[in-house]
Amino acid sequence: MTIEELDQIAESTRAENAKYDQVVNVCMGTGCLSQHSDQLKDALTKEAEVQGKNVMVRRTGCMGLCAAGPLVLVDPDETLYQHMNASYAKAVVGSLGGEPVAELQCDLREHFDQQVHVVLENSGHIDPEKIDDYISREGYRALLTALTDMTPHGVIHQITESGLRGRGGGGYPTGLKWSTVAKASGDVKYVICNGDEGDPGAFMDRSVLESDPQRVIEGMAIAAYAIGASKGYIYVRAEYPLAVSRLTAALRDARRRGLLGNNIGNTAFNFDVEIRLGAGAFVCGEETALLASIEGRRGTPRPRPPYPAVSGLWGKPTLINNVETFANIAPIIRKSGRWFAGMGSERSKGTKVFALTGKITNTGLVEVPMGLKLREIINVIGGGVPDGHKFKAVQTGGPSGGCLPAEMLDIGVSYDALIKVGSIMGSGGMIVMDDTSCMVNVARFFVEFTMTESCGKCVPCRAGTAQMYTLLTKICEGRATMDDLDKLIELCDTIKSASLCGLGQTSPNPVLSTLKYFKNEYIEHIVNKRCPAGVCNIKAPVEVLA
Amino acid sequence: MPAFTPPPLPSDDKRWKIVNGTMRKNGFARHALIETLHTVQSSFGYLDDNAIRFVAQSLRVPLSQAYGVVTFYHYFSLKPPGKHTMTICTGTACFIKGSDKLLAEAEKRLGIAHGQTTPDGNISLMTARCVGACGRAPVVLTDGELVGQMTEPQMQDQLERWAVE
Repeated sequence: MTIEELDQIAESTRAENAKYDQVVNVCMGTGCLSQHSDQLKDALTKEAEVQGKNVMVRRTGCMGLCAAGPLVLVDPDETLYQHMNASYAKAVVGSLGGEPVAELQCDLREHFDQQVHVVLENSGHIDPEKIDDYISREGYRALLTALTDMTPHGVIHQITESGLRGRGGGGYPTGLKWSTVAKASGDVKYVICNGDEGDPGAFMDRSVLESDPQRVIEGMAIAAYAIGASKGYIYVRAEYPLAVSRLTAALRDARRRGLLGNNIGNTAFNFDVEIRLGAGAFVCGEETALLASIEGRRGTPRPRPPYPAVSGLWGKPTLINNVETFANIAPIIRKSGRWFAGMGSERSKGTKVFALTGKITNTGLVEVPMGLKLREIINVIGGGVPDGHKFKAVQTGGPSGGCLPAEMLDIGVSYDALIKVGSIMGSGGMIVMDDTSCMVNVARFFVEFTMTESCGKCVPCRAGTAQMYTLLTKICEGRATMDDLDKLIELCDTIKSASLCGLGQTSPNPVLSTLKYFKNEYIEHIVNKRCPAGVCNIKAPVEVLA
Repeated sequence: MPAFTPPPLPSDDKRWKIVNGTMRKNGFARHALIETLHTVQSSFGYLDDNAIRFVAQSLRVPLSQAYGVVTFYHYFSLKPPGKHTMTICTGTACFIKGSDKLLAEAEKRLGIAHGQTTPDGNISLMTARCVGACGRAPVVLTDGELVGQMTEPQMQDQLERWAVE
């Protein structure tokens, strides 16, 4: 496959699509599929035949606004229909070429206006199981350009210049990671894509894999060329069956098109990718635990150094990046690192995909430039808190992150700004809570999570999280004293400084951040034996008779 | 060194051939342990002693290590699942939208704790750590099918349908 051949495929796919008057895109991501968008697609296809319309009905990946699903997008008019089902097929198909069906239309301009789609540029516009759809939107141009016109060093230079930082949560500069692996000595190196999206409340990786799997494969192939690897693994959660099946199909198609395998782009570059299924262990998102899991062992982390960049999979230099990081690579190579660096804030470049969930009107996936204020994301794009309730906190960063109160909504989202206020970017989950959530109970929820997910290798995490949980339960049940609170704070400090891996080191964060901003709720539970949100079931204190 | 001969299949149940196929595809390499266990679980529904021994021997992995892997990962189950399975997502978004109450109600109705199966073997009650459909929280999987914005009456109806069929 050469660039000329790639252009031919793109041209003929576009010509094929241009034969139709309209394209009716039906969202078939996990969210919309659970509301039977597959039946909706069949109904639309049938209706188009019956009415003799010259339209193409296309299966696509996630369109983002899960709250309004199932979604249907008509191109080129860009009419978006919400809450669709098969019974509306006749009306919608009938309206094609004329006025859209007003009462079914989704008119949420403010939800889409401030979004900038880089990672999600194809989501909702292409059939995720058709590689030619991806190619028709400049897919694999970046890989073939890199292979024929750029040196591995040149590729790394563009990534470094882009300022891209790891999207899995750590925020480590991607260019620096790549150049470390490139410089590491050894003939055999590996590229690994971390798709073990374990943070509850985050689903951007699932969505990217389901909606645009070729983009991730292309990013991995470019990385492999840059660091000198010829073998890659994608580690995906077994809980994401649709992502696994679309990825399997995508790998097969890429091989058939000669974009994976030997002599890619008629060059000496060989690369292939295998899927490895996770088996439900949160800690496997930690890179050394992930390596152990791919090697078929228990997913327990090991101390670093040596870093995987030097000694990773089977002791070989290994590059591990997250799904969203790889999804950013092709556009950077296509449009230059400088273009990417033109978006975002001072030290956090580009865009970030967030999963907006919890007590918020427009739940779903959004992609915004770094530096956008939390307030804009929650109140404007997210449509605010529904049902007349009051905003209380937003939780970012999953079980390693923190809860931020309303006073913090004016900070712009970036790696550094979030750390400064006691939370982290994490993989991009953003869970909104209203006045019906008890912050002590929320902290206990997260600690219960890390306690269950602790691999048990190091004592501070294994025993510490269990003790934190016991103390928080005591507080929730109104049995705690102020001494217990002091103990809890001291314990947080110990776990933070003495745990082996990120899971343990960050496990006190939900406690520390709620203590920082919602200490009064802890005090209420302890001193007045009262849960301000009315969530915790505190029994009336037993009168002690003298 | 004599060539390694994998052990014979435990029975003529055709599913063992599928399991063997996964191991063969991976050249009976030790690192195929988790892949193979996935195949066993998807073919048989769970992992019993017999299966773990067979896989461990075939891949030349110590039995202790194979057992260690099985018990480390939540996805693997040592017990056969019930005829029906209700999996309640307990991820953060679902928790904020009341999945803890759904779980408590289901436990109360079925008289079992999560992770267990009713004594008649009809319904298993499981929990999941986020299935990634947070936009539709609270989410419940009924026999693997994802149902979003689950309400308590809706869940009770489903359990009732399973109980009387």
